[in-house]
Amino acid sequence: MNAVKTVGLTKKYKDVTAVDGLDLDIKEGELFALLGVNGAGKTTTLRMLSCLCRPTSGEAFLMGKSVLSETAAAKELIGISPQETAVAPNLSVKENLELMCGIHGFSREKKKQKTAEISERLRLSEVINRRAGRLSGGWQRRLSIALALVGEPKILFLDEPTLGLDVIARSELWEVIRSFKGSTTVILTTHYMEEAEALSDRIGVMRSGRLLALGTADELKKLTGAEKFEDAFIRIVKEGRE
Amino acid sequence: MRMLAFAGRNTKEILRDPLNFAFGLGFPLAVLFLLNAIGVFDIGTVSSGTAVFGTAFMPLFAGMLLAKDRESAFLQRLYAAPMTSADFILGYALPMLPIAVLQNLICYAAAVVCGLGFDLNTVLAIILNIPADLLFIFIGLLCGSVFNSKQVGGICGALITNLTIWLSGAFMPLEMIGGAYEKAAHLLPFYHAVALQREVLSGNFADAPAHTVWVLAYTVPVLALALAAFRIDEKQ
Repeated sequence: MNAVKTVGLTKKYKDVTAVDGLDLDIKEGELFALLGVNGAGKTTTLRMLSCLCRPTSGEAFLMGKSVLSETAAAKELIGISPQETAVAPNLSVKENLELMCGIHGFSREKKKQKTAEISERLRLSEVINRRAGRLSGGWQRRLSIALALVGEPKILFLDEPTLGLDVIARSELWEVIRSFKGSTTVILTTHYMEEAEALSDRIGVMRSGRLLALGTADELKKLTGAEKFEDAFIRIVKEGRE
Repeated sequence: MRMLAFAGRNTKEILRDPLNFAFGLGFPLAVLFLLNAIGVFDIGTVSSGTAVFGTAFMPLFAGMLLAKDRESAFLQRLYAAPMTSADFILGYALPMLPIAVLQNLICYAAAVVCGLGFDLNTVLAIILNIPADLLFIFIGLLCGSVFNSKQVGGICGALITNLTIWLSGAFMPLEMIGGAYEKAAHLLPFYHAVALQREVLSGNFADAPAHTVWVLAYTVPVLALALAAFRIDEKQ
C-alpha cells in the first residue's frame, strides 16, 4: 500500500493557486523530498497532507485514509514538525515530551518509557531538564522532530527541518532523519539541493504549485543531462517556467 | 485525558510567566488597600468590588496564552494531533479556574486583614463568584481565538477591566449617574457579579439566584462563541 496518495490535489487562495493538481504516490518507508524555491507550494502541500488545511479540490489518502472524510483516523497516523520550531517554550524538554505523550493518550508507564526512548534516540538526554525556549536553534529543531515522533507516526512530515541551522547542527539532524529510513515514511520539504540529494530516496521538484519532475537524484540528473544535481534542479525549474 | 494533559501544560505556562501573574494579583490588592485607606467605602463594598475587579484580569491571562500559542507553530502541531476544539478550550480554561478562585481567596484574605469579618458568607461569596470567574475566562479565550496577542493586551488588559470598573458599580454607585447608563449596566453581567458578592457577604440571599442567572446568561453564550471562534481559526 502507498503511504501517501494524492489525486489532483489543489489549493487556491482567492486568485492564487498555491498547489495545482498534484498527483503523487509515496511508498511506505520511503524518504521523499519536495524540493522547490520559495512559494513553490511545498508547505501548502504538507499542510493539506497533515490535515491543517482543506484542499480546494482533489483528494489525499494517508495509508488509505482520506484526509477529507477520515480526518481523525488520518491524524492518528501522522507526526509533524512545522517550519517554525513548534515547542512549548516554558516547559523543559522532558515536559514537552510528556505533554505530547498525554496528548496521544499514553498511560503513565508508556509515557515514561516513550520519553526515555525518544530522548535517547534523538540524543536529547544532555538537555532533558532545560527549558525548551532557552535551547539553541539546533536543539529546538531536534526537540520539535522528537515531539513529532511521540505518537509513533507511520508518516512523518518535516517542513524545512534544517532551515537556519549551522553546518554542524544540520549534519547532526541529517543523521537523525536518515535513521527513520525504512521504518517511517518521511516527507520533507526543503529548498536545499544538497539536503534533498543526500537524504531522499526520491525527489519531487515543485514550482508555482506544480510538480515539474519526480525521481531519484540520479534519475533527475539523467533526465536533464546535468552532472550536478544543482544544475539538474535549475534546468527543471527554468524549463518548467518556459 | 488529552484535555488534562493540555491543561497541565497551560498551568505551567501561566505559573512560569510571573510578570503577568504578579500584575493580575498585585494590582487588585493595591486597589483594595488604597481604597480602604482612603475610607470612602466600607471594607465590604471595597472587597466585593475588588473580588470581581481582580477576576477581570483573567481574560488577560487566558487570552494572551491562547493568542501567543496561535502566533507560534506550537498550536499547528496540536491541530495536527487528534484533539477536538473542546479539548483545547477546556484545556485552556481549566487551569484558569483555580487561579481565579485563589485570586478571590487572596483578595478576601487581604480584606479580612483590613477589617472584614470572616464567616461562612465569605466562603460562599468565593464559591458563588465561580460563574463570573468562568465568564471572564471565556471572554479571554474568545478574544484569544480572534485577536493577536497585542490586540488581546489592549482589549483584555484595558477595555475589559475598565468596563468592569465603570459598569459594575464596584467602586462607584451606578445610581450616581442613573438613567440609561444605570439601565444599560443592569443589562450587563458585571453589575450582577458585584451585586451578588455584596448581597452574599451581607447574608442577604434573596436576589442571589437572579444575579447568578444574569451572569450565567452571558457565560454560556460566551463559551459557545469561544468554541466556535476557535474552531474557525483551527480550520483556517
